[in-house]
Amino acid sequence: MSEYRISRSTPESTVGLIGAAVAVLVLATLPWWDSDGSLQTPLIVVLYYLALAQMWNLLAGFAGLVSVGQQMFVGIGIYTMLQVAEVIGLDPFLAVPVAGMVAAVLSLPVAAFAFRLKGGYFAIGTWVVAEVLRLLVTESGTHLRGGDVRSLTRDSLGGYSLEMRTNLTYWLALALAAGATAIVVFALRSRLGLALRAIRDNESGARGLGVDVTRTKLIVWVVAAFWTGCTGAVILLNTNSATAASAFSVLRWTALVIFIAVIGGVGSTTGAIIGVLVYWFLDEQLEDAENWRFIILGAIAAVMALVAPRGFYGLLQRWRPLQFFPVRRRLVKRDSVGEPT
Amino acid sequence: MEWINAVVQGLLLGGLFALFATGLSLAFGVMRFVNLAHGDLAILGAFLAVSTTASMDINPFISLLVVVPIMTALGYALQRFVFNRTIGEDPLPSILVTFGLGVVLQNLLLERYSADSRGLDAGALETSSLTINDDIAVGWFPVVILVTALVVLIGLHLFLRRTRLGRAFRATSDAPATARLMGIDDRNIYAVVMAIAFATVAVAGVFLGIRQTFGPTDGPAQLVFGFEAVVIGGLGSLWGTLLGGLILGVAQTVGNQIDADFGFLSGPLYGHLIFLGVLAFRPTGLLGSRSRS
Repeated sequence: MSEYRISRSTPESTVGLIGAAVAVLVLATLPWWDSDGSLQTPLIVVLYYLALAQMWNLLAGFAGLVSVGQQMFVGIGIYTMLQVAEVIGLDPFLAVPVAGMVAAVLSLPVAAFAFRLKGGYFAIGTWVVAEVLRLLVTESGTHLRGGDVRSLTRDSLGGYSLEMRTNLTYWLALALAAGATAIVVFALRSRLGLALRAIRDNESGARGLGVDVTRTKLIVWVVAAFWTGCTGAVILLNTNSATAASAFSVLRWTALVIFIAVIGGVGSTTGAIIGVLVYWFLDEQLEDAENWRFIILGAIAAVMALVAPRGFYGLLQRWRPLQFFPVRRRLVKRDSVGEPT
Repeated sequence: MEWINAVVQGLLLGGLFALFATGLSLAFGVMRFVNLAHGDLAILGAFLAVSTTASMDINPFISLLVVVPIMTALGYALQRFVFNRTIGEDPLPSILVTFGLGVVLQNLLLERYSADSRGLDAGALETSSLTINDDIAVGWFPVVILVTALVVLIGLHLFLRRTRLGRAFRATSDAPATARLMGIDDRNIYAVVMAIAFATVAVAGVFLGIRQTFGPTDGPAQLVFGFEAVVIGGLGSLWGTLLGGLILGVAQTVGNQIDADFGFLSGPLYGHLIFLGVLAFRPTGLLGSRSRS
């Protein structure tokens, strides 16, 4: 028996997991105790931003894929939802995973182009693809009517009361946020997570050790596209109407998301949660001053990237190396007595 | 004949794209730095020209004498004190800082100048044109833009090839550590590169403002065109950037002609498609040979 063993859990990660489970359960019951919707309305937005931030974090923080084109998957999700619910007539709540699947399928040809670029050029490359998609949707004429305001109509939502619809949207947003966090945690605990860390630390070194770099990155890319597409569909359920410009908005669906992830801490699961709480706090303070929201969050994020590249979570770790999600492998000395093998 | 006209106009438009792309190309060539705020900086230049022309009652061309020095100083200072801290193996910090800067700039411009579209009035030069025949008339101002782009690129080429500082640029580009050993202050070189990049993008922004109306949120579209010109031409090649700009310009105007004749997709989309085609079939760009890092 070796003197050391590999452990991923820490005392605070046990607390963290139990805390996360309790938080999800409490949040799930929210519609019964938040009768006036004063928490529910902002929380839907906060939760889908958390889902988007976790996915961007998975791409940029772990796979080195710094995408500035995530709005393309939100937009694909929104327009899939509109087509599936309005034209085909599927129940809009069942259409959410369909939106994710369409985004995942379309992410493959996008990867074929964008993966040829590296670093900053990958970032602009994804942005160009998103821009091309926005233009195509805008100019699709009668097919997607991207130039017009399109809404989910009463017909496709007829079966649901307004209250039921809001609650379902809220639960979906909660499921997306919790699911996104769980995906990142489980991905990092798996073989894939080891491969990702190896790539992040040294790409050629990882390749030398037999890691299939392109395949690993592609898996992460497609998963993030699927989840971001689903989130796009839920965003439409919440806002109800969209244009190509709003559905493919780089500011709303990528810039804000990047700021949230960076402020909280790129490359950590807890970071996105901290970031989205900062966003929520600022949003409440600024109310309708949308320009200032971007100015302040953008400035904080830029300064953070310079002075604290691991965000608030990194600052926290400098103080105490707390690990709220059990994703990092550590060597632990076995206790001299009673440690099971 | 209208097709020949489209090509001629496209080449002239390409001059503007090349001018936009020069700074991006230079910054990438020397320090592998990608500035995501590049387009917003062009728009900042255009708005600075709006303010100077209004307050000093001068022609936008004269306002370049004010705008370009301001932007050059801003570029030097930003690189020296901010961007230099992000240069390294990991591209993430530079992407985050420049992206954040771009978004902040856009929204500050929105607060200061509102979302209204603006234009810069350059007087007679803006509208006068040279009639070649019944179908083709070449505007003097687009010619000025193309000539400026050529002068800037030739000037940069001579500067890089013939001067001491230019040699230091190339040395730093090839091997920063060795260049440092030879007594070159690479941090200063980077700052000078960014100063030049800002100067050229300021000229491009003011020219854009004279050519067409613009608003605070137009930056990203300009960044995208500039970036496409760089990639089409080939990373790290200034002549490639010129060629990329011209191809992009022709693709747009010919695309507009196709749209007018057949009603199929607008001009900018054809430029984007050419870009995607180059990426798919010749990812090193038309004149690029160096491997991409």
